[in-house]
Amino acid sequence: MTPTITLEHVSRRYGRLSALDDVSLRADAGETVALVGHNGAGKTTLMKLILGLIRPTAGTVRVLGEDPAGRHGARVRARLGFLPESVAFHAAMTGTELLAFYARLKNAPVKANPGILHRVGLSEAADRRVGTYSKGMRQRLGLAQALIGEPGILLLDEPTSGLDPDSRRQVYDTIAELRDRGALVLLSTHALAEVESRVDRVAMLHRGRLIAAGDVAALRRRAPMPVRVRLTVRHCTTQRVLDAVAAWATVLARDPEHLDLAVDPAHRADVIHALDGLREVIEDVEIESPGLEALYRHLTGGDRP
Amino acid sequence: MNALMVIAGQEIRAGLRNRWAAATTLILAALALSLVLLGSAPTGTVGASPVAVVVVSLASLTIFLVPLLALLLSFDAIVGEAERGTLLLLLAHPVARWQVVLGKFLGHGATLALATVAGYGAAGVLLAATVPADAEDWRAYAGLIGTSVMLGVAFVALGSLASIAVRERPTAAGLAVGLWLFFVLLYDSALLGVLVVDQGTVLSGSALDVLLLFNPADVYRLINLTGDGAAALLAGMSAPGDAGSMPVAVLYGALAGWIVLPLAAAVAVFNRRHP
Repeated sequence: MTPTITLEHVSRRYGRLSALDDVSLRADAGETVALVGHNGAGKTTLMKLILGLIRPTAGTVRVLGEDPAGRHGARVRARLGFLPESVAFHAAMTGTELLAFYARLKNAPVKANPGILHRVGLSEAADRRVGTYSKGMRQRLGLAQALIGEPGILLLDEPTSGLDPDSRRQVYDTIAELRDRGALVLLSTHALAEVESRVDRVAMLHRGRLIAAGDVAALRRRAPMPVRVRLTVRHCTTQRVLDAVAAWATVLARDPEHLDLAVDPAHRADVIHALDGLREVIEDVEIESPGLEALYRHLTGGDRP
Repeated sequence: MNALMVIAGQEIRAGLRNRWAAATTLILAALALSLVLLGSAPTGTVGASPVAVVVVSLASLTIFLVPLLALLLSFDAIVGEAERGTLLLLLAHPVARWQVVLGKFLGHGATLALATVAGYGAAGVLLAATVPADAEDWRAYAGLIGTSVMLGVAFVALGSLASIAVRERPTAAGLAVGLWLFFVLLYDSALLGVLVVDQGTVLSGSALDVLLLFNPADVYRLINLTGDGAAALLAGMSAPGDAGSMPVAVLYGALAGWIVLPLAAAVAVFNRRHP
């Protein structure tokens, strides 16, 4: 199968500022890919390149086999759905009117719109002015707009920013539904913990550079972070426990009843096995695997732009 | 449907929805109607036709009002969308940049034309019902409406250019006000100042005529206040230049140029802009 989106050694500079630096990435139909990074890491620039709104300073971008900024760019864009970050629609228009406008621009049938509004849960508010919508409803209208014309590729820039947990779940449900229908969903976020369990692959951007990319499990294995093990033990038995696991663990904190250990991920099973043999003294065990958030912090050295 | 027409249609719908079109129509109609009612008073002694009186006074006021309304309508066109975040979305659709600029221009131009024709047209109906007038008078009145629309559209084009040339909405608003001040007030004063200082030594009459073509408001004034017999006679005092020397076709051509050139510049600038 030909990849749906391919970026090869793509760089984009604005004057002396490097927004993207030698980024290579590919994504196929049926995948959900998260672009993760701080504000200004290059996520939106990447989306603009895929949309053909800007040209790369170096490297090539191919979407559905075409150059999106080239002569057939309009044809590519007709098959893309895009939700910009923090979009504010014309307040005096109704949801139905706005959706009709975007459908006509895309040469998509306007009569499919009520179905789209229903999918994002806006049927009842469809004929109200957008000015009366809540933030969550406006965001859902933005998502509805991106769904016009059954696009094969969806680019969602911060689709859940500023939404309450319920609205977030709805957005992710819609994304899952799209993926199941075979669409490629590329979403950007800085809430890594939130998307971790909901996407197939993650691409981490930091200051315009792709610092890590791959499927979630592989990235997690890459995380050189220790597993945290927190133990509650019977009074004054900490030394006995420590003796059993000392080979693989380092002590982060201890008091007569508690132990906080950092365990090498490779020896996680050994530690659990050793602790199993000490059941009579251990009252509670808490094991925390490093999430992608920890990996991201590690790779970026914890610094903020 | 063509993206150009879709965008233009959306702008017209927005203009009707936020009552901009209605408010503008009312302002223009109120202005024209008050002039019709006032204008019938001083006739008889001067011997000018009442319609010519209305044409001259309405044209003088149009120069101030219509460009302002046009700039208010158009300065937001692109910069406003950029600020709301919808410009990126619009350009992410299968549309060309020129279609966005031209579509918005057509929508705004049509909205303003509608308001002008409706407002001045209503006054024309009242005029026809109250005063005697001949075909020549009505030709002048129709010309007034037509050129007022052209003047408005020229300033819509200038406003579009202002909207594209800058990054922030307040800057665009400031630029629009600056354009209005320059073309409607300052240009003539500056020209007058030069003439006074010059005393006819360097600036000839024909050079002045050419200089007047560089301002759409002056072109409009030349067409309406000096173009026709009756109106020219009446407006002799307020006619800015030696009007007889320039054919009307040149004046209309200049006004059309003031529509096309800013628009072409707007498209060119927008094509180079990073969204």
